[in-house]
Amino acid sequence: MWCEQCKERPATVHITKVINNHKTEKHLCEVCAQTSGSDLGFLFEPSFSFQKLLTGLLEGEMGMEEALAPSTMTRGRGCPVCGLTFSDFRRIGRLGCGDCYTEFGTGLDPLLRRIHGSTVHNGKAPKRTGGAIRVKKEIEQLRKKLKEAIQREAYEEAAKLRDEIRAKEKNMKEENNE
Amino acid sequence: MDLAEKINNLLPGWIKGSRPEGGIVLSSRIRLARNLRDFPFPHHAGEKKLEEVIALVEKALEKPAPDKSRLRLVRLDAMDQLDRMVLLEKHLISPNLVKNPAHRGVVLRDDESVAIMINEEDHLRIQTMLSGLQLDKAWELADKYDDYLEGTLDYAFDENRGYLTACPTNVGTGLRVSVMVHLPALGMVDQVKKVLAALTHVGLNVRGVYGEGTESIGNLYQISNQVTLGHSEEDLVGKVVSLTRQVVEQEETARQALLNESRMQLENKVYRAYGLLTQSRLLTSNEAMHLLSDLLLGVETGLVPAVRPQAVKELFLLIRVAILQQLIGRELQPEERDYYRAMVIREHLN
Repeated sequence: MWCEQCKERPATVHITKVINNHKTEKHLCEVCAQTSGSDLGFLFEPSFSFQKLLTGLLEGEMGMEEALAPSTMTRGRGCPVCGLTFSDFRRIGRLGCGDCYTEFGTGLDPLLRRIHGSTVHNGKAPKRTGGAIRVKKEIEQLRKKLKEAIQREAYEEAAKLRDEIRAKEKNMKEENNE
Repeated sequence: MDLAEKINNLLPGWIKGSRPEGGIVLSSRIRLARNLRDFPFPHHAGEKKLEEVIALVEKALEKPAPDKSRLRLVRLDAMDQLDRMVLLEKHLISPNLVKNPAHRGVVLRDDESVAIMINEEDHLRIQTMLSGLQLDKAWELADKYDDYLEGTLDYAFDENRGYLTACPTNVGTGLRVSVMVHLPALGMVDQVKKVLAALTHVGLNVRGVYGEGTESIGNLYQISNQVTLGHSEEDLVGKVVSLTRQVVEQEETARQALLNESRMQLENKVYRAYGLLTQSRLLTSNEAMHLLSDLLLGVETGLVPAVRPQAVKELFLLIRVAILQQLIGRELQPEERDYYRAMVIREHLN
């Protein structure tokens, strides 16, 4: 008998699965049996999951964190909006709602730093609801470009960027005064 | 309707169309994770809340869509399993929505280059998909649809954390930038692991598109960014673009080396694949993937001029189990599939 998968080597691994009285058989060579992890998952440790990885990341730092911060997390009080507690979060690796981010606050910093190398957003903001934030972010981006332009000694470009920043700042002030 | 016509109707928009950067990059994809303010995330929400989310999205779609395109919302629990699997195989929805269709939906643009999943891990997953290396365009498109939805929906957004997501690995931009690449020559010269490992060192994620873990069937790999917080969207897109270009260059070098040093072996390999694909009466999915990968390499290196590269790329999708059954028009027993798969391949290569 030849291996069902590669049809190149003799089948030496025979697997019989019975699920709900439904029997399936597989005949594979050793090479294919080792690599076809998907169907043979039950032979290997089944619990290596993404959640575990994530909560593992939390575990590392939390011991110290908890000792330092007798806050929401240790009191076991949940998020006031959705009720998720910090220990729930540690267990499932998911937050319950947007307000959890506010509730758990800086408690998330070590984890975010480990995942992203950063704790602060530096990209797009919603157009309609994020008005002022969006302009602020845009100005930050322009400042970065300005700095780069000056370093490159591209002074014409720098002057343009400076004017653009001033115009945006002026607009923002006017809107605030209205 | 004949088979060719059926195939044309079934193929998603992203696989058709022009293809910059040769054939090594098959597709570009952008995904934005978004959530609605004052709603628990889907995994923490009851049926009523999930239905409210769907209703709100439905309402938001009443506004005319960008570029006057047509959008339709379909509920996953209102279609049968085969149709859900077809959407999955076309990369329009995730396995999550197939496993768990109740109170889930997807908004599709008529050309299927935009798909917005509702109540996946986050309330909204806005995805755009284009052929070849067109990440900038795909990002522009996703950005536009994001603004379109946000025109009506209140997003969960925080000045410091950015777009708030159920999983902290997506917070910030909520952006996943990815490309699907075909790297047969690097596979043959045993360099693929090295190149891909280098990518993970610079913060990119690599996995086989089909198959488990880093093993890939058909030499197809997906490269994507890992980090979503702390960088602008343009920076994240730019990083994936420039690193993808380097991978493309490596693959091209390997192809050239194979042509220079073992042209006859290469020619033998790709013509054997061509022969098997056009003559076989039974083909398993795995075998077909391997052979299509070999043939595509032959077509793109000019060794098999009789075949259109586009046809081979389409076959990567057409031989998938659910799509195949959709083409034939009925449910197929496992042993029938291999027969019809071989038939579709023969027809499509002619």
